[in-house]
Amino acid sequence: MNIKQNIKTLIVEKPLKLDCGQTINNFPLAYETYGSLNNEKDNAILVFHALTGDQFVTGINPVTKKDGWWSYAVGSGKSIDTDKYFVICANVIGGCMGSFGPSHENPKTKKIYGTNFPVITINDMVNAQINLLDFFGIKKLFSVVGGSMGGMQVLQFISNYPDKAKTAIPIACTSSHSAQNIAFNELGRQAIAADHNWSDGDYNSKNVVPDKGLAVARMAAHITYLSKKGLQEKFGRKLQERDDLKFGFDADFQIESYLRYQGSVFVDRFDANSYLYITRAMDYFDLVKQFNGNLSNAFKNTKAKFFIISFTSDWLYPTQENKEIVIALNAVGANVGFVEIESDKGHDSFLLNVPDFLKALKNFLDKSYAEKHS
Amino acid sequence: MKPEYKIISDLIEKDAKVLDVGCDDGTLMEFLKTNKNANIRGIEISKEKVQTCIAKGLTVIEGNAEFDLKQFPNDSFEYVVLGQTLQAFINPETVIKELLRVGNKAIVTIPNFGHWKVRLNLLFKGTMPITNSLPHDWYNTPNIHMCTIKDFVRFSKIINFKIFKSLALINENVSDINNSNLIFKNLFGELGIFLIEK
Repeated sequence: MNIKQNIKTLIVEKPLKLDCGQTINNFPLAYETYGSLNNEKDNAILVFHALTGDQFVTGINPVTKKDGWWSYAVGSGKSIDTDKYFVICANVIGGCMGSFGPSHENPKTKKIYGTNFPVITINDMVNAQINLLDFFGIKKLFSVVGGSMGGMQVLQFISNYPDKAKTAIPIACTSSHSAQNIAFNELGRQAIAADHNWSDGDYNSKNVVPDKGLAVARMAAHITYLSKKGLQEKFGRKLQERDDLKFGFDADFQIESYLRYQGSVFVDRFDANSYLYITRAMDYFDLVKQFNGNLSNAFKNTKAKFFIISFTSDWLYPTQENKEIVIALNAVGANVGFVEIESDKGHDSFLLNVPDFLKALKNFLDKSYAEKHS
Repeated sequence: MKPEYKIISDLIEKDAKVLDVGCDDGTLMEFLKTNKNANIRGIEISKEKVQTCIAKGLTVIEGNAEFDLKQFPNDSFEYVVLGQTLQAFINPETVIKELLRVGNKAIVTIPNFGHWKVRLNLLFKGTMPITNSLPHDWYNTPNIHMCTIKDFVRFSKIINFKIFKSLALINENVSDINNSNLIFKNLFGELGIFLIEK
């Protein structure tokens, strides 16, 4: 836990009124930065992480000792070039990598919040992170970028702060969580709740972890991040370290072993209650409803240049849902480009080595940056 | 660069808001940006070409003009350009109407199927014409609705749009088309360029 104490943290003093009605203040917002802010302070990119991400975008994550979640895209000479741009990423509130979340102690009761933590929304996450701009003295970000839940934060950010970013790149996301999205999240939450150790969220006081439930939640979710074709090509019906079926319930197939592994490593780095809170925030996300059924109104005041990216094999946030954002932006004459990237890697494409995606991201950013400086 | 790009550019005022439908690799977009300071957007169906446009810093939407123009509100652009693709649409009538809904004016160019080489090709060979500008066989051509310059002029009367300016491209030279020379231009023009309005 010593490592966690070394996490960079901004204490947000300013009160933040949450969508649930509660107000929080003096709360911690953990963040990390890469590259350096130039003198004009106009090269900053705020990256928003997805459901299970954190502020450690690239390089070695000091807590997990593994590569940062967006190492393919962010770094020296990469799409989001840290030699050129100042990259900021914060752990979302409700998370478990240092920002104010359900594993924190409630100062009033001296007990871990657990499920007494207020329900937070994408809007709350974004409103917490805007404080980073003041902290770094940045008037306007060069870009806001994120995939999946990170993309939802991009949309919410521009809607809340239309003049705070020059460019916006929502990737593989949606403006309104679908019934299918909610269904998968509910499956994950119910898996956690079904673990006896969860104890209605009070597992910390009992010194146990609902690791089995959380692992099942991760396994189910992981399937939704991949495509049928991708799974078939990678695993097919290949057997796991055996020549034949064993007529039992151990992991005969490689795909079973793979999913079990994914589940087991996940519980070491993620808090079960955070999983509940963040999936809930995603489910509540409905920018269309927030603007009374007209998504265009979310963007009518912005001059930001948008670049929307989707992936052919992403069935969790399919191209059609990304295109709805493009349509809404065109309806208000916004500056918007769009490309659907060919990939078999499913929703996870944005995190992986997908050269066409990485190229498009780099070209858009570098050309937009050059335009501004010519 | 295609010879008609300069002609298209001459039809557009400075600083105009322009949509290039089927913008290909963005050559015309760049030309209009540099020469006319145009506020320009593109739609392109090929992923590869969209990538090329992004690499040039152009704002392009991957999409199909036949289905994706409907997302733009009325009069979103001062000019909408459709270069040599009208013949490839399932329903050219809908596309023309959409161009004129989305833009105040449209610039449409068509490869002229009435050109003498095409006519001779069919007359003497008795097979579907294959020329430099129409290199495909009948069974694999994307050009499912070929028309002549004369056809397009008739089309304007049938579906009721105004032709503001009509030009013919012959050996990289541009000339006006009018009622008295239509038969001649329809025989020698390789390309028809039309500035049209509702």
